[in-house]
Amino acid sequence: MNAIIVSALAGVVMMFTGLFFKKSGQVQGVAILAVLAILAATGYDYFLVSQTNRSYFDMIESDHYTAWFNVLITACTTMYVLLFHKDIAKVGRNDAEYFALIYFVMSGVYLLSSYSNMLILFIGIEILSIPQYILAGSDKENVKSNEASLKYFLMGAFTTGILLMGITLVYGATGSFDILSDRFSVQFQNTAGLNAMSFVGIMMIIFAMGFKVSAAPFHMWTPDVYDGTPTAFTPFMATIAKVAIFVAFIKLFHFSFGNVNDAWQMTIAAMIVLTLLIGNITAVYQQSVKRMMAYSSIAQAGFMLFAIYAFNATSWNGLLLYSVAYTLASLGVFAVLIRMKDYTYEGFQGLARKHPIMAATAAICLLSLAGIPLTGGFFAKYYVLSATVEQGKMLGLVVFAVLMAAVSAYYYLKVIMSMYFKEGEAELTEEPNGIYHFLLILNAILVIAIGVLPGLILR
Amino acid sequence: MPSNYYLFLSLALFCIGVMGVLMRRNAIIILMCIELMLNAVNLLLVTFSRMYQDSNAQLFVFFIMVVAAAEVSVGLSIIVLMYRKVRSIDVNILNRLKN
Repeated sequence: MNAIIVSALAGVVMMFTGLFFKKSGQVQGVAILAVLAILAATGYDYFLVSQTNRSYFDMIESDHYTAWFNVLITACTTMYVLLFHKDIAKVGRNDAEYFALIYFVMSGVYLLSSYSNMLILFIGIEILSIPQYILAGSDKENVKSNEASLKYFLMGAFTTGILLMGITLVYGATGSFDILSDRFSVQFQNTAGLNAMSFVGIMMIIFAMGFKVSAAPFHMWTPDVYDGTPTAFTPFMATIAKVAIFVAFIKLFHFSFGNVNDAWQMTIAAMIVLTLLIGNITAVYQQSVKRMMAYSSIAQAGFMLFAIYAFNATSWNGLLLYSVAYTLASLGVFAVLIRMKDYTYEGFQGLARKHPIMAATAAICLLSLAGIPLTGGFFAKYYVLSATVEQGKMLGLVVFAVLMAAVSAYYYLKVIMSMYFKEGEAELTEEPNGIYHFLLILNAILVIAIGVLPGLILR
Repeated sequence: MPSNYYLFLSLALFCIGVMGVLMRRNAIIILMCIELMLNAVNLLLVTFSRMYQDSNAQLFVFFIMVVAAAEVSVGLSIIVLMYRKVRSIDVNILNRLKN
């Protein structure tokens, strides 16, 4: 697992970069090199991984799936850094530290994708969360950013306490932290043999994970935090950090609590219904596109929960595909959004005439989020839903999800309507240059490529 | 002494912490209640460690302490930042974001 070490080192290197390089351009150059080094490290890990192998006192377990997930999510992070590095550096005076925090989050991501001990699960979630509290408040002069940070911190720390209690109760029932150990498989053999302590423990872990992935009814913090956070960091928090928690979620529940799925599946189903309902319906009423994207990230989390709910190989593949499709599409939308002067729907009016490439990329990414065929989002939704169909229980849930996807098309298409069919003068904060256009086109091509050839991602 | 007593003590502490987080409005007190929750977990882990004769749980306690310290240092600095802006650490002002 070289990626964990390389990403943590990249963070340290970035902090020193802030000390030695005074020009922001140099810092950004080092940051891009650092993310490429992390990408190379994950690629090397993928090349090395043969079968499942455990390391670090059996606390880390890497297999083909996690290694491939790490490669994909790091590729998305590379895209994020390339698209946003100028905006990240402009948030405040400490440009190098922002990149350092992002790379520390990445090492949390790798821990979460490949843990096999609940200690590493806890540490991974904390490494992932603590830098995010700081990133949320990085615009120190802005009261909104401060409040987002405080709210995120209080909610996050509270959740950590609940997660720890859940882990402890599960430990009390099994006597082991190792999720692959025999003690786990004996305790969690069938639902009838489940005792109260482990049931409460599992429920607490579900609630804590639900908080972290912003599933309803634990979503209250999400819109405020994503709205208050500087726009350069929102896409990172809403996509890469969230997706990593989903992988931790599916790993814990399908590996160790798999045989007692009767006990927790109904809770997940209720969470899916609430998340889809609240996320989609509230998003319809938003005036600001940034806030709409925050609610849409709640709604997308509802779809990703289907991968946890369904219990077969398709759901693992579906989660992989959904992670990449959702991340790339959100990055594309935010890359356009961050250049706009006015974040409301009116601000987007007339963008298609003035900046056709930006408008086209945003349109493709929004269509992908809505799940229109020929874009990545379609196959992502198809896989997570077909995993549920394969399971054969609660088919009404799938029908409900499809209906909610139709609702989501309304508010995504509203942005496209503003850009293409309304007259107006969309104002930008900064004129786009060639590299930015090239990256946008690349992002749009990737979104379509996943939609045409989902086999590129599946394992 | 049976470990049940410790179990109920730490669950009681945990519930006091949860209620404090949900009911108090002062950010520092909420932070203290979160610490109470974490320490209830620590106590429970030590109890289980003794029950199973397994030292892994005590190791876990040290990790919780370290992470809690890191979390509090970040949290307090966020609260200070907030205080400088609005001269208050009441979390009700967070509702301002909703408008």
